Amino acid sequence: MKLLDCADIGKRPITEFDYLGEIRIPPSDADESTWADYVFNRNGAPGVLRERWYHRPTGRWFIFERDTLTDQIIGQVDASEVRYEEPHYEIPA
Amino acid sequence: MKFRLDPQPLEWIDRSESVSFRFEGQTFSGFSGDSLTSALLAGGQKLLGRSFKYHRPRSVLSMANHDVNALFQSSDATNIRGDVTPVSEGVDLRACNVNGTLANDKDRYIGLLSRFLPVGFYYKTFHKPKKFFPYWERLIREKAGLGEINTSWSATRQPKRYGFSEVLVIGAGPSGMQAALSAAEAGADVVLVDENPRIGGSLDYQLANEEAAAKVRADLKSRISNNAKIRLMEAHYAAGWYTDHYVPLVGPEGITKMRAEQVIMATGVMEQPSVFRNNDLPGVMLASAAQRLIARYAVKPGQRAVVLCGNDEGYRAALDLIAAGVEVAAVVDLERVGKRGEWAKQVQAQGITVLDHSAIYEAQGKGALSAVVVAPFNGKGCDAGKSHVIPCDLLLMSVGWAPAAQMLYQAGAKLGYASQAEQILPRELPQGIHACGRLNGAFTLEQRLADGSRAAREALAQLRGEAVVSELTVHRDTQSHSHPWPIIGHPKGKNFLDIDEDLQLKDLINAAKEGFDNIELMKRFSTNGMGPSQGKHSNMNGIRVLASVTGKTIDETGSTTARPMFHPVPVSALAGRRFRPERLTPMHQWHLKHGARMMEAGQWQRPEFYAPSTAAGAVTAAQREQSIVQEVQAVRSGLGLIDVSTLGKIEVMGPDAGRLLDVVYTMKMSTIKIGMTRYALAVDDSGVIIDDGIVGRIAEDRFYVTATTSHAAAAFRTLSLKIQELGLNVRLANLTGSLAAMNLAGPASRKVLSALTDVDLSEESFPYLGMREGTLLGYPVRLIRVGFVGELGYEIHLPANAALEVWEKLMDVGSAHAIRPFGVEAQRVLRLEKGHIIVGQDTDGLTNPFEANMSWAVPLKSKPWFTGKPSLARLKNSCERRLIGFRLPQGFSPKSSSEMPKECHLIIQDGEISGRITSIAYSPSLGRIIGLAMVDLPLADANVPMQVKVDSGAFVAIEPCATPFYDADGARQTADLTEVA
Repeated sequence: MKLLDCADIGKRPITEFDYLGEIRIPPSDADESTWADYVFNRNGAPGVLRERWYHRPTGRWFIFERDTLTDQIIGQVDASEVRYEEPHYEIPA
Repeated sequence: MKFRLDPQPLEWIDRSESVSFRFEGQTFSGFSGDSLTSALLAGGQKLLGRSFKYHRPRSVLSMANHDVNALFQSSDATNIRGDVTPVSEGVDLRACNVNGTLANDKDRYIGLLSRFLPVGFYYKTFHKPKKFFPYWERLIREKAGLGEINTSWSATRQPKRYGFSEVLVIGAGPSGMQAALSAAEAGADVVLVDENPRIGGSLDYQLANEEAAAKVRADLKSRISNNAKIRLMEAHYAAGWYTDHYVPLVGPEGITKMRAEQVIMATGVMEQPSVFRNNDLPGVMLASAAQRLIARYAVKPGQRAVVLCGNDEGYRAALDLIAAGVEVAAVVDLERVGKRGEWAKQVQAQGITVLDHSAIYEAQGKGALSAVVVAPFNGKGCDAGKSHVIPCDLLLMSVGWAPAAQMLYQAGAKLGYASQAEQILPRELPQGIHACGRLNGAFTLEQRLADGSRAAREALAQLRGEAVVSELTVHRDTQSHSHPWPIIGHPKGKNFLDIDEDLQLKDLINAAKEGFDNIELMKRFSTNGMGPSQGKHSNMNGIRVLASVTGKTIDETGSTTARPMFHPVPVSALAGRRFRPERLTPMHQWHLKHGARMMEAGQWQRPEFYAPSTAAGAVTAAQREQSIVQEVQAVRSGLGLIDVSTLGKIEVMGPDAGRLLDVVYTMKMSTIKIGMTRYALAVDDSGVIIDDGIVGRIAEDRFYVTATTSHAAAAFRTLSLKIQELGLNVRLANLTGSLAAMNLAGPASRKVLSALTDVDLSEESFPYLGMREGTLLGYPVRLIRVGFVGELGYEIHLPANAALEVWEKLMDVGSAHAIRPFGVEAQRVLRLEKGHIIVGQDTDGLTNPFEANMSWAVPLKSKPWFTGKPSLARLKNSCERRLIGFRLPQGFSPKSSSEMPKECHLIIQDGEISGRITSIAYSPSLGRIIGLAMVDLPLADANVPMQVKVDSGAFVAIEPCATPFYDADGARQTADLTEVA
């Protein structure tokens, strides 16, 4: 995929986008291994992922569903579907 | 031009304009429109080059941009392809890869050693003993190189264009022209591209003398030139296929990156040579090469010819030779003449001898072809005992074709060998990719035109999203146009399979027998197809040989695929013109007028320093140093002004603005009092410092954020990401470009500024770290008391269109206090004296706030969350290094700059790398060299002298010292100089 077909802004070259990767939610009060997993590990298995892409010229974030096996965008996801509550972390006593 | 024919109906040359040039010291003349090769041949120069390995004499093979043994060298270019490069007046050419002169190449006897240079020779011979390899490598490179590079070249930059089309048709032969017309007439926006300077393809050389073709030609060409929906790009070759139909079209002026929705490949076929002894002699060429020479350039390819046929097309070539006045001594057919068509009958009707079931067993001649040895051929080999000799100076090979399918493979098409056609043909094409014409097995003119229309029809259906059943195979010829085995063994060898690399038949057979019996392995071991033509006339025969040796089918043997770009592209075309947009601040012209030397800061241009005494021209290192020192002193003693318009400037508005900033930055921003600012430090999830700046509160629900120049865009991106992730009610305004900013710094700043603004600047109403809004010269401004450079100072943020006027006014009023503009370098020194870090200079991709001595900016206890908090909680007590301040002895003065400690120099302790200098500069305020270094623990805490390894290899001692180096209690940031004194 070199052109990203977006319902809102049309077909744009992916060079106009920054790719953040799969949507991941920081865990609250995570133990060390859970947190390290969140920070350092990414899911590399092929499949349909929900990913965030930032379109620099418009300054907008988009969430696309992409099949990473065929490298095709399947759909667009509304941000409200994947919102999360601000996490928290207390230093263990 | 003794070999020039009478005018040919379709010739490319313009006989009214003659061109003269030099080759190997001799003067030649040709016509405008000639290629280098055609002009040389017309002038009687048959020997055009020497082969890569054995330095054998070589000449024309294809005239189709694959003639790798006719590569020339001019004063400023090398590996010029003579077969397609147009002649230009006055050009002075030499042959490439020649030791001495072309005619008397001193290396021409290497061929005699060929039996000691078997396949894989380099790999086997030179790798032991290892220490001699550099010697051998140098020798081999010298002997085997192609051309010389002019190292005093001047850079040329070619424009790079972007193109768009609904249908891109590659190749303007009959099927391509028809496809373009059919698509355009159905309403599509079409680009038709062809590598040749004129469209027509084989219609104009192979069928040049066909009456039936003449009408088709006239009709197609006039309809194309009259069709406004077709954009014709002649003299451009499609160099490769990239995802989503992105096809670089390379032309004489540069590259056009074409984005198409549908691609029709009408790239045709590449004629393949027959393999027999001495098949590389000058005078042995492909039939299509002779047809091109005659039809395009009106050059007579020889006097007396033999034509080797494995298909009908060879007979057409024989007829063309006769028409051009070449005596055809015989036609040699690999098979039965009775199976040939109309052209063979015409040849026989002219009384030409046809020897069928025969092959060329060997070619003979010293330096050029003088005779061929013909022998009976049973489809596998020759009966040499029954051979006879035919004197001739020209031998045409017309034994078969290989598809120009490189881009089909690149696009993911599936191809397979069709035994009926004896050709590799497309089987399955991906969405948006179409193939037609001879590439798709359609060989007669009627088939090719019908196939072009079909491809266009299918492309249009896909374009409109209609369902389409492909009729890919409908218009294919039922008759083969390639011989399955045009390969003749000979006990004495020299039957070349790859003339790029001088590979003989036995080399490939031996490679297979040595176990390199996979097509990819064989290619790499034997180097078959790895020369400049990239297998365009060796790959197909290579596959046939390997299949024969291994007893496999062609499909089982497979084919190597050509990576894009599959044809050499000049680096100047790839590079294109420099396109790096620069951002300029409103004061840019002022800076230039006042001697600023500019530097890149991300996308921006910023003054590095000002050298007013030397308005233009180069500045010596001493002058540079002096300017920086003076700028620093001006800020410390009186007044300085720096353009900081490049800072990221973001306004954050809405009920959740404070919450957002609390998440993004380490420190609590929601508690900032209105009218105050706070240092803002951002880390990533792993706790690494990524940016710093300040956050100021304008109102309960409005904040003003600054970010570093290079991180401005990323800061905006991060803020908007968190808004989306958390669903916050916040709006952002990126004011980086619309606002300018400058920092008026120095003891006199308050006095100078107060005369120009309605903002009360007194210490009580506008303290350190305060932020106020008001007017300055009637413009709305936001003033911020900042401390980066460590003096009383005001950052002035204002509309970009007001900035220059305010800047000039400040310079004017400030002149009473000896104001100086200062640049990035002076600012770096000033902040270093204060021990302030620069993110990205004093920190790297792993530095956390604790290592940068900023634990004060990490409120782990009082804030429930910020990005990176759990990581920092973990890192707090496990730091392995720390940033320290250091200084050099008073009066340190190295003999040369290689003795001077510099940024990135390593600190070595007990032979181990223990740290690295991140910042170092001469401090005018302290009169000595100071710096920051990231040093491993526990050494960083030991407070002992450390050894820095400098460029010369010597060690220089540095002594740790506390930061800030200057005004440790920060008294100067809060008061006028008079108050301090």
